[in-house]
Amino acid sequence: MGYDAKLKVWRGDNGSGALQDFTVEANEGEVVLDLIHRLQATQAPDLAVRWNCKAGKCGSCSAEVNGRPRLLCMTRMSVFDEDETITVTPMRTFPVIRDLVTDVSYNYTKAREIPSFTPPKDLEPGDYRMQQVDVERSQEFRKCIECFLCQNTCHVVRDHEENKTAFAGPRFLMRIAELEMHPLDVADRSDEAQTEHGLGFCNITKCCTDVCPEGIHITDNALIPMKERVADRRYDPIVWLGNKLFRRGEN
Amino acid sequence: MTEVERHSYDVVVIGAGGAGLRAVIEARQRGLSVAVVCKSLFGKAHTVMAEGGCAASMGNANSNDNWQVHFRDTMRGGKFLNNWRMAELHAREAPDRVWELESYGALFDRTKDGRISQRNFGGHTYPRLAHVGDRTGLELIRTMQQKIVSLQQEDYKQYGDYEARVKVFAECTITELLKDGGRIAGAFGYWRESGRFVLFETPAVVVATGGIGKSFKVTSNSWEYTGDGHALALRAGASLINMEFVQFHPTGMVWPPSVKGILVTEGVRGDGGVLKNSQGERFMFRYIPDVFKGQYADSEDEADRWYDDADNNRRTPDLLPRDEVARAINAEVKEGRGSPHGGVFLDIASRLPTEEIKRRLPSMYHQFKELADVDITKEPMEVGPTCHYVMGGIEVDPDTASSSVPGLFAAGECSGGMHGSNRLGGNSLSDLLVFGRRAGLGAASYVESLAERPVVADADITAAAKLAVAPFDPPADGVDAENPYTLHTELQQSMNDLVGIIRKADEIAKALDKLGEIRKRIRGVTVEGHRQYNPGWHLALDLRNMLVVSECVAQAALRRTESRGGHTRDDHPQMDSQWRNTLLVCTSPGGDPLAPDVAVDAKPQDPMRQDLLELFELSELEKYYTEDELADHPERTA
Repeated sequence: MGYDAKLKVWRGDNGSGALQDFTVEANEGEVVLDLIHRLQATQAPDLAVRWNCKAGKCGSCSAEVNGRPRLLCMTRMSVFDEDETITVTPMRTFPVIRDLVTDVSYNYTKAREIPSFTPPKDLEPGDYRMQQVDVERSQEFRKCIECFLCQNTCHVVRDHEENKTAFAGPRFLMRIAELEMHPLDVADRSDEAQTEHGLGFCNITKCCTDVCPEGIHITDNALIPMKERVADRRYDPIVWLGNKLFRRGEN
Repeated sequence: MTEVERHSYDVVVIGAGGAGLRAVIEARQRGLSVAVVCKSLFGKAHTVMAEGGCAASMGNANSNDNWQVHFRDTMRGGKFLNNWRMAELHAREAPDRVWELESYGALFDRTKDGRISQRNFGGHTYPRLAHVGDRTGLELIRTMQQKIVSLQQEDYKQYGDYEARVKVFAECTITELLKDGGRIAGAFGYWRESGRFVLFETPAVVVATGGIGKSFKVTSNSWEYTGDGHALALRAGASLINMEFVQFHPTGMVWPPSVKGILVTEGVRGDGGVLKNSQGERFMFRYIPDVFKGQYADSEDEADRWYDDADNNRRTPDLLPRDEVARAINAEVKEGRGSPHGGVFLDIASRLPTEEIKRRLPSMYHQFKELADVDITKEPMEVGPTCHYVMGGIEVDPDTASSSVPGLFAAGECSGGMHGSNRLGGNSLSDLLVFGRRAGLGAASYVESLAERPVVADADITAAAKLAVAPFDPPADGVDAENPYTLHTELQQSMNDLVGIIRKADEIAKALDKLGEIRKRIRGVTVEGHRQYNPGWHLALDLRNMLVVSECVAQAALRRTESRGGHTRDDHPQMDSQWRNTLLVCTSPGGDPLAPDVAVDAKPQDPMRQDLLELFELSELEKYYTEDELADHPERTA
């Protein structure tokens, strides 16, 4: 059942680093994170890795396995051949702190820039009424475990540090969509999505959707509908004319 | 003088799970400055793992429900050892706390008339758990995280600084609470990323650090659950109660080995799933204990009818409180009727249509598919008990969440009393909200009442720093170097095997011997590398907490010579009404600061207020209380 797996693990800090070769025991049913833990316990006690639940629910152990953004706790060893060398590297879009741990503060900064849930002023707690079918759209986006793999893989920022200030990233554009589709949110969010949070940068290549460990349809269900709302608002000629005539945009 | 980054706050909350975040919100809304310090990133705390739901008697699914019914269920679940005032506050306030979350933006599943849907769970008389599929904990933590962000946005508008009044110190570990005289004066810790020291000068600390599961080998808990808050409070002079009561959740995954212990939500049974042994028998009907006789269905037909007609049928014994179900599974496996990998079968596949399973239990479907190659819509799951929750914790005043140390507050799993000897599923998330809020209020009122701020002594900072970096030094002469990972594994194995779900005096004594040995060896723990994000060092520091907390569990377990809730003694298998009103209290009389001594004393609990006692029928109380205790009951005196 058990075999010796070959791993290359990136080790270093924000100054320098390199891939280091390891050979470590792998057993039936194990995931890549099990092997990283075994390395810590037996060969590299100071190997840094972020993790929490080890059940795919907290989104802490994000990294890249053979170049693909993944959760280490949900990547089964059985998907690789036993003689294959598995390369584990930190997420590329964020600065490395140490080994597999990156500085993900970009995401927390972006989270703070999205205007919060805005309920109707006169609605008291306990009086909220919503239909299941209406909450389901936003509920899909609230499955997000904030692993930031979508942020990591998105080409708008992956190799373009300069775009980070103007682009909230798929996770937080999806947050705008979630609030926009919340049955009781009264804020108007579509203009700001475009002007403040960089929705226009997204050219729907669906890389975010591909890597989402929760299987959320980020592009189809969040980003494209937001783009449609923006287009209706900003580029529909009749709406445009109405805005000009009645100066709606200036209030 | 040690180099230390200094911060000053009105209130410091340790732990950013549900209880911690709710305390932050409350203290900030009272106008105080608040720091929240957590070992992980913001939003990753163990609360995200909670699946089934949050218990609150809103009465949306069954209008007969009210706080009194919830209170009774909670006391029964805890075998009447609960702090009744906490159970009362919890049952009364839970609905408001849930509704409040909706005003923060939470999106619970709905009933047909648009209200919050409620699901069945073990020990709850009516469908009571507000839920979002099987990811309710994630919804709670994200909602409160986003509420805190919205408060920061308000502060940004007012002060031009998001962090003017609430700041999150993520990946930061507190190693010591510091005092001035008898009162809390600060908290000392280190940044995990850099290893640099940090001091919080504060008159009030809210401990909301969760549980102790990482002292056991098979657990549903994450690495963070090392009993930090329990140990910090104990070392600061507070008392812990009920530490012998550890909940083993009946349904953890048992295969493959690397996922052993990961939780399978009780919602599977709440939504119709049934437990079966290797012979296909629904064995739970044989395990209804005397105290619950008459409250549960005694045939499969009645149990199955109950899902659709709860008013005219009794509930299935698959939904007995967790301690009962865990013991039953343990017994089935022991008698040779287990599943191939040492558990029993949990079958939802034959009970619900595929699409319904995927809709109601999406995370469970995903978890088994990804981690075990099992399609739960086609085949049964294999499940067995896993260490899940500690009922014991810091002894607090129910109304203010204050410990016996002025300025030290506690809420959530690290506090004790609320759940008695066994917690009902769903009562944890509501506990977090109710007592997180009360701890925030309690801390705020305490800070406002102070005439002058306590001061941290430089000598205490130096001592805390010295203790923290000790693992980098080579061990003293005559002490062998120890690997923290090895010691941790030995501690987990020993607690798992000897102070686990079924306990015996001689085995607990053996565990105490082992803990004594680890106590000696922990002095030799040595770590490699430097202080920057060094997991070996982090574990070395957490290990001292796990050790002292494990000693509390083992000593109290040896002392309580009866079986009740999350404490089962093979050598004392009966529940003993003489023990019902006795609390075992752990304190530390001092000793080595690395791992101080633990003492256990018995004390009686305050008798339940008469109007609450009268919510129960005498015939039920007689199953738990002594004759003397019931002499004044109105049904007796009438």
